[in-house]
Amino acid sequence: MRFALRCLAIFTIMVSAFPAWAELRVDITQGRVEPMPLAIVEFDGETAEAAQIGAQIAQVVSADLERSGLFRPIDPKAFIQKELSMKTLPRFGDWRILNAQALVQGFAVPQGNGQLAIQFRLWDVFAEQQMVGLAYNTVADNWRRVAHIIADTIYQRITGESGYFDTRIVYVAESGPANRRVKRLAIMDQDGANHKFLTDGQDMVLTPRFSPTLQEITYLSYYRNTPRVYLFNIDTGRQAVLGDFPGMTFAPRFSFDGTKVIMSMAQDGNSDIYTMDLATRQTKRLTSHSAIDTSPSYSPDGTQVAFNSDRGGAQQIYVMDSNGKNVHRISFGKGRYATPVWSPRGDLIAFTKMLSGKFYIGVMRTDGSGERLLADGYLVESPTWSPNGRVLSFFRETLRGEEKTTKIYTVDLTGYNERELITPLEGSDPAWSPLIP
Amino acid sequence: MRKFIGLVGAVALLAACETAPQDGANATGTGNANATAAQKLGPAAGSAQDFVVNVGDRVFFGFDQYNLTTDARATLDKQAVWLKKYPSVTIALEGHADERGTREYNLALGERRANAAKEYLVSLGVDAARVKTISYGKERPVALGHNEAAWAQNRRSVTVVSLGAGS
Repeated sequence: MRFALRCLAIFTIMVSAFPAWAELRVDITQGRVEPMPLAIVEFDGETAEAAQIGAQIAQVVSADLERSGLFRPIDPKAFIQKELSMKTLPRFGDWRILNAQALVQGFAVPQGNGQLAIQFRLWDVFAEQQMVGLAYNTVADNWRRVAHIIADTIYQRITGESGYFDTRIVYVAESGPANRRVKRLAIMDQDGANHKFLTDGQDMVLTPRFSPTLQEITYLSYYRNTPRVYLFNIDTGRQAVLGDFPGMTFAPRFSFDGTKVIMSMAQDGNSDIYTMDLATRQTKRLTSHSAIDTSPSYSPDGTQVAFNSDRGGAQQIYVMDSNGKNVHRISFGKGRYATPVWSPRGDLIAFTKMLSGKFYIGVMRTDGSGERLLADGYLVESPTWSPNGRVLSFFRETLRGEEKTTKIYTVDLTGYNERELITPLEGSDPAWSPLIP
Repeated sequence: MRKFIGLVGAVALLAACETAPQDGANATGTGNANATAAQKLGPAAGSAQDFVVNVGDRVFFGFDQYNLTTDARATLDKQAVWLKKYPSVTIALEGHADERGTREYNLALGERRANAAKEYLVSLGVDAARVKTISYGKERPVALGHNEAAWAQNRRSVTVVSLGAGS
C-alpha cells in the first residue's frame, strides 16, 4: 500500500514498571457479553484543521467499537473532564463516576507536506494505567485508516484477539428489476465508507472473493456471455480471465496462503472441482463425480477442502483431503446444506441451510458437530468471515408483499449483534478482506 | 481501468455467431417493414419468432430436477424438427433455476438443465456443433413472483435461436 503508516513511538509518561496486562478484559468467547462502557474523547489537534480531523477520528473509532457489540461508547455529553492533555494524567475519578472502564484520548500534529502524526492513548480507568500509547504518521487524507487501526489496537488490547476494522468488503451491488438486474462489483471499507464501484454493470458479475494475502479479488464474470472466473487487482484495476477452460468456471475461492484458486468447472452439464496454482497456472482436478460438486473452500492449513455436493441425492456439505481423496459427508442435520466456508481459525465451517421454505446461516465444527444457526430469512446465503473469525457477513433477501429487497448484514459468531451494512444500492455476495497490510 | 487482459484467446471461438442471449425472440427477424405482413401471416417461416410462436422455445423442470418431462420432450421433439429444417440456425440453450437455492449450486443446476436439453436434441439428430449451453442460475427469472407458480416458470431451459452471422 502506498500509505506510509509507521508506528512511531511508545510514549513514556508515567508508565509503571509492569505492563498493563490488567484486569480490564472482555472475554469474547462467552456468548453474549454486556458491552463494556468506555469513553472516547475527541482527539485534539495542534491546529484547528488537525483538531477537526482528530474529532472525526474519534467518531470512527467510537463507531467501530460500538458496532462490534463488545463496547458501549459513553455519550460525550456526559463527560465531566472536558479538556484532556496528552502530557498529564486524566482525572481518573471523573471517568470512574461514569463507569468508563477504559478511556481513549488522542492528539493530531501536522508534520508539513500533508502529513499528520496521530497520537493516542488507551487508559485503564480503574487501574489508572496506560494500556497503549502509540503514534502513527500518515498523509492527512488517510485519517480513516488510522482510525480503524486505532480501533483494532484497542479491540486487540482489551479482547486479546486481533481486530477486523482496518478491512474492506467487496460485494455485488444490485439494481433494477429481477429479470434485468444489473450487478456490479463494488468495494467499501468495513464500515461502509469509501464506497466505490469496480465494474460498470455491463457484464453480470457474481461471487467475488478476496485474496487473503493481496489486494486482489477472484469472481465470476459473464463478459461476452461466457461465464468464467476472473482475477481483479484492486490497486491496478487490472482484470484477467483465470485459465482457458472449455466450460463455465465458477464458485472461485482463494486458498488461505493466496497461492491457489479453487473453483468449479462445468463440462457436458456436470460440475466438478478444480484447483489452479496461480504461479504455475497448473490446474488439478479434485473431483470426478456425476453429481454437482461446487462451492469449494480450503481449510486454513490447506490440507482439506469443504464443498457442496448433491451426490447423496440433495445438497450436503462434504470434506475431502486437498488431493481429492477421503471424501466424506459432514452435514447430517435436517434440510439441505450449501456454501461451506472454512473459518480463518480453522475450527468452524460456516454454511447456508435450507429447511421448510426458510434459509439459515450457521456454523458447525469441521466434523459436522455442534451446529449453531446465526441468522435466517426468506433467503440468506453467502457467509464470509471477518479475518479474525469473530464476525460473519452474509446477504438476505426479504419479502414485503411481492417486493423483494436484498441487503448485506453482519452478525457476531455468537449469533448476537446482527447489523445491516448500509450500501448505496442493494447488495449481495459480500466478501471480507484480510487486515489491510 | 477495465481491460480484460488475456481474454482474446478464450472468446475468439464464440464471437462469430453471437447474439445477445435474451429470453424470448426479439433478437432477430421482424423489423418494421414486415410487421404488417407478420400480423396477417404470422411470423416468417424460419425466423426466431416462428420458432417461439410455432415450436415453443422453452421447457420446464421440477424442483431441483434436471430430467426432461414428457412435455419437455414433446417440445424438444418439435424443436429438433424445426432445427433440421433450418440447418444454418445455431442455438444457445440457456439454463435457469428458481430463486429458492444458493447461487453457486443454481449455476451448476442451470448448466445441467441446459445440457439435458442439448443431449436430447443431439440424440434426435441435431448437430452438437450448432448447440451451445450457458447457465444463468437464478439470476434471470422471467416470472417475478415469489410463489410456486413463478418458480415453476423460472426452472427452465430456453432455446435461443440465432440465424447465423450477419442477420
